[in-house]
Amino acid sequence: MTTAALPAGTIAEEPDRLGFGGYVTCLLGIVWREVMRFLHQRERFFSALVRPLIWLFIFAAGFRQVLGVSIIPPYSTYVLYETFVMPGLVGMILLFNAMQSSLSMVYDRETGAMRTLLVSPFPRSFLLLSKLLGGVFVALLQAYTFLVIARLWEAWTWSSQDSILTNIAATWQQFGVVDPHLSGYLTVLPALILSGLMLGSLALFMSSVIKQLENFAGVMNFVIFPMFFASSALYPLWRIKESSVLLYEICRLNPFTHAVELIRFGLYGQIGPPVEQAAQAAADGWSFAVVNGIDLTHLYVVVGCTLFFLGAAVYAYNPSKGLIGRRGGAGAGA
Amino acid sequence: MLQQAPETEAQTLVVNGVSHRFDDYLALDNVSLSVPRGAFTVLLGLNGAGKSTLFSLITRLYDNVSGEIRILGNDVRRRPTAALQRLGVVFQSRTLDQDLTLKQNLMYHAALHGIARREAKIRCQEALERVGLADRQNEKVRNLSGGQARRVEIARSLLHRPGCLLLDEPTVGLDIGSRESVVGIVRKLVAEQDLGVLWATHLIDEIAPTDQIVVLHRGKVLFTGTVPEFLAKTGSDNVRAGFRSITGTAHGDDQ
Repeated sequence: MTTAALPAGTIAEEPDRLGFGGYVTCLLGIVWREVMRFLHQRERFFSALVRPLIWLFIFAAGFRQVLGVSIIPPYSTYVLYETFVMPGLVGMILLFNAMQSSLSMVYDRETGAMRTLLVSPFPRSFLLLSKLLGGVFVALLQAYTFLVIARLWEAWTWSSQDSILTNIAATWQQFGVVDPHLSGYLTVLPALILSGLMLGSLALFMSSVIKQLENFAGVMNFVIFPMFFASSALYPLWRIKESSVLLYEICRLNPFTHAVELIRFGLYGQIGPPVEQAAQAAADGWSFAVVNGIDLTHLYVVVGCTLFFLGAAVYAYNPSKGLIGRRGGAGAGA
Repeated sequence: MLQQAPETEAQTLVVNGVSHRFDDYLALDNVSLSVPRGAFTVLLGLNGAGKSTLFSLITRLYDNVSGEIRILGNDVRRRPTAALQRLGVVFQSRTLDQDLTLKQNLMYHAALHGIARREAKIRCQEALERVGLADRQNEKVRNLSGGQARRVEIARSLLHRPGCLLLDEPTVGLDIGSRESVVGIVRKLVAEQDLGVLWATHLIDEIAPTDQIVVLHRGKVLFTGTVPEFLAKTGSDNVRAGFRSITGTAHGDDQ
């Protein structure tokens, strides 16, 4: 306001107050930059999409005959393995995206882009949260692209006797009716955002404590693979329990399991199993939060972990208490 | 000190008794310096003297453990928002997004300072004109030379109209022509806008006779004052010789 009236290039004696509008501008700016960066890295978009699709097209097709999935909530009927594994693969997209953005943050810290962000006058926790939301937004773009392709894959019908047009019409017909219901794509959105935030804040915390990441392989081996395989992404937990109780317990403690389950139920417009089905789970010590006949354990765990990881990340980036200063910081001594 | 500081503060930057320690190594030892309005202040020191550490403390990457740092009267710890709003920084490492255009980079920075789009566009144009790159605003940073990228970073640091500008070895890796142009732009800013500039360097030939000098050596400030005072104190006839004698090093810079 005051500054606009000044002649070009003069110093503002009193800068504008950072009001609500300023915060919105800042948030949008950060999210916009994340999206632009992602769009400029086409190979990243491509590989982010190919990875889960390979799992869906090849692994799931091969695994279909090996693993029988019984009727467990949220499914009301027997489902194909492809349908079962879809939420897990969406979780995988979120996980990879979060770890990749964590890696880029370490890289940012080395090149100084992180310092550009941190000299912004806004509170540091707000800046980090904005950065996180930018990453989640990018993950959402990937997840929905995958979901559409996966649905098309499921709806695919082809008969060589019919004409191409008939085949397309049949596929289109199927596209509208295969699992999950189209409204599921809307109801899964909160689950995706929450899970994305949880994994993103974990990654953000990792980026603040990891001084240098030589390559992505380390993160793959020590974070992504254990989190992904020791979860309910690829197989139902009761199956795991049959082979190893210890592994079952590890899966139960894995926050990623809860994120995948939240997405799974979200796709069917639910947030957890109804309590009568959950009774057995409760007896196993699996659930601890039953509200109005619905088991909300997954929601509670994901929200709780998000707050915990985010708090840890903000602490680590806090200039007076943080770990950056102790570790010599970005570019210091260079 | 907690009161609203007067905006007509004579000093744009005051560093008072600041020390900083990494584990068992004292990177800064009781450092004090000030940058008056309209002064081009050269922070002269060899690599590893503590220049970057000092910049990290001023920009609040981490907090100063002892002493105080004020930007136009605002303590960076007690009033970080007000302090950072008045501070422009050009970091030593390249911090522009290579894949984005000049304008996109500047708009991102304006957003980080909460400047609304419409106002930001006007300021981007102004700032790019100031560094002579307005005609290339829609080109990607990747296509720029090192010196041009530096000029964009200077333009960027001016978007929020700071009263104090920090530059951490801004001419490192530039050829002679680019160096002169970068130094010239900043000197012009100081003269025209009454900015306080702290220019960290180890290149003695960037010092003009009218500059303020702060000599930082192994974490300690050995001298603050004008060039003639420096020559008088060290009993030398040029800054290079003076620097050698005051720091006891064999040569003044890397060249």
